[in-house]
Amino acid sequence: MDFSYTREQQLVKKMLKEFAETEIAPIAEELDAEAKYPYETIAKLGELGVMGMPFPEEWGGAGSDYVTYVMAIEELSKVCGSHGVIVQTHNALCCWPIFTYGTEEQKKKYLPELLAGKHLGAFGLTEPNAGTDAAMQQTKAQDMGDHWLINGSKVFISGGGIADIYVIMAMTDKSQGTKGISAFIVEKGTPGFSRGKKENKMGIRASTAAELVFEDCKIPKENLLGPLGKGFKIAMTSLDVGRLGIAAQALGIAQGAFDQTVAYMKQRKQFGRSLDKFQALAFEMADMKTRIDGARFLLYNAADKRQKGLPSTVEAAQAKLFCSETAMYVTTKAVQFHGGYGYIKDYPVERMMRDAKITEIYEGTSEVMKMVISGDIFKAQA
Amino acid sequence: MMKIIVCVKQVPDTNEIKINPETGTLIRDGVPSILNHDDANALEQALKIKDKDPDTKVTVITMGPPQAKEMLEECLAMGADSAILLSDRALGGSDTWATSNALAAGIRKVGDFDILFAGRQAIDGDTAQVGPQIAEKLSIPQVTYVKDFEMSGNEITVKRALEDGYEVLKLKTPCVLTTIKELNKPRYMSLKGIFKAVKTDIKVWGADDIGVNLETVGLKASPTNVFKSFTPKPKGKGIVVEGDSAKEIAAGLLGDLKAKHII
Repeated sequence: MDFSYTREQQLVKKMLKEFAETEIAPIAEELDAEAKYPYETIAKLGELGVMGMPFPEEWGGAGSDYVTYVMAIEELSKVCGSHGVIVQTHNALCCWPIFTYGTEEQKKKYLPELLAGKHLGAFGLTEPNAGTDAAMQQTKAQDMGDHWLINGSKVFISGGGIADIYVIMAMTDKSQGTKGISAFIVEKGTPGFSRGKKENKMGIRASTAAELVFEDCKIPKENLLGPLGKGFKIAMTSLDVGRLGIAAQALGIAQGAFDQTVAYMKQRKQFGRSLDKFQALAFEMADMKTRIDGARFLLYNAADKRQKGLPSTVEAAQAKLFCSETAMYVTTKAVQFHGGYGYIKDYPVERMMRDAKITEIYEGTSEVMKMVISGDIFKAQA
Repeated sequence: MMKIIVCVKQVPDTNEIKINPETGTLIRDGVPSILNHDDANALEQALKIKDKDPDTKVTVITMGPPQAKEMLEECLAMGADSAILLSDRALGGSDTWATSNALAAGIRKVGDFDILFAGRQAIDGDTAQVGPQIAEKLSIPQVTYVKDFEMSGNEITVKRALEDGYEVLKLKTPCVLTTIKELNKPRYMSLKGIFKAVKTDIKVWGADDIGVNLETVGLKASPTNVFKSFTPKPKGKGIVVEGDSAKEIAAGLLGDLKAKHII
């Protein structure tokens, strides 16, 4: 076991800290207020290699390991949770399934542009009636001999309408249940594929989420991703990677709000002394720091397991559960410690508290994480 | 293929600097070290040339303690091809004259170059002497305070910042250019750059390796000695001249200046 940062990791953290503080911090409030997608900063992150971070260089990736990758998302999320989730969705839910399940031709066609950040990726699983019960897919893909015909809709899709490449789950054989779901690659601009309603969200407002609509959308036969009927497995294994990213996003939000609060407590004076001199508050900060560091160890452990090729589904679920609950706990306290100033938009903790909430919901709710973890406990004892 | 050398220095981050009021010296404990700002502009210009012509070789060189390797790694992660650290107890305590003797010797060992970039000055000493001294010792033409750079073929056109304007100068390689922050915006390290940098071997040369005369380097050889460091006493409180109109304020200011016999 080694609990210290490598030199690589120190430099990656330093680079992204500088980037986030210089390029993102000055615009974060405006992006949030106007729900504006940050095209420019995402393009710059692409140039730096972040949009293809944990993939081999021969495909145009940066060749990073997963521990360093989650550290990168954590650094970005300290300043802006929207940037964190944009990077993570692209990497884990679009690049990863194409890299892992794609044919040589599909990888050659899509990965170079995706991993360079020139194309953005998205993932479509959730439907109006298929949330946690993802097996209830109503979007259908019919085999028409020389092409697939897709009909249906997806909701809450991060990057919907913005992304260029979509990994979409659709039912190819309803009688087979989850084994009748298949994955497809759909390109933006395909006739019959359009963006529906753009959601007006509580938080992570710079990361666009929208409905995707498929009306007799014809896609080529070769756009089936992985074997027929393996879509559910592709989605679930992609979400295992995604959960590391969401945990990292949550951890970053928690750390960012914590750091803001430390700085605020040192300069804010009441009753003739700064807030950090009040033991009741200082002890709560000690508690928060301990939770944050605990969350970090769970996450790095899960990422390290994935990097080593060991089973990590349970570890990723634990990391996501604890990091997201820590984010909600810390940001709520951060607002409280800022008092009235925490409730207005002059300080970033207000945005951070709204951003934190989604981490307990998307890519599997906290309840789903507990299903995964408890399922493993009782499977092990049986 | 162009060969470019960039002189860089690791300095304490001035945003975090504190001075011991009793001794007048810098408190270095816990102060992070960074790549000197003007030197980052120097490196950026070299990397811009490499962007256009990828065959260009960019070598960064510094003199400093062993931990200066960390800064050199960052230069490699930004895109430099190789890095050299001059580090030796015999070089410690050098003033600008002695430092430029050591750097000039190190640069001679690196070999011929087309352009040598250096930052205008380091934020810890603010002398702006080392770059020009290196140029003199290597007998290479120099232009200081470069704020704009263009190159076509072997001909370089630069703008040299003056207090109230700039000069446009044309020169040929080889040359030494010292750069200021107006020249460009330094890039970030890239991920690929970082992963490559940590695997790159940074050469460490001692005084023997660069064949420098030991009587021209180090504390004893330095003609400049720090006599005393102190924090200047703050000036008296300023006054704000108020009034309803610009004319009234100007008249008030004029009256105050006359009363104090300044005008």
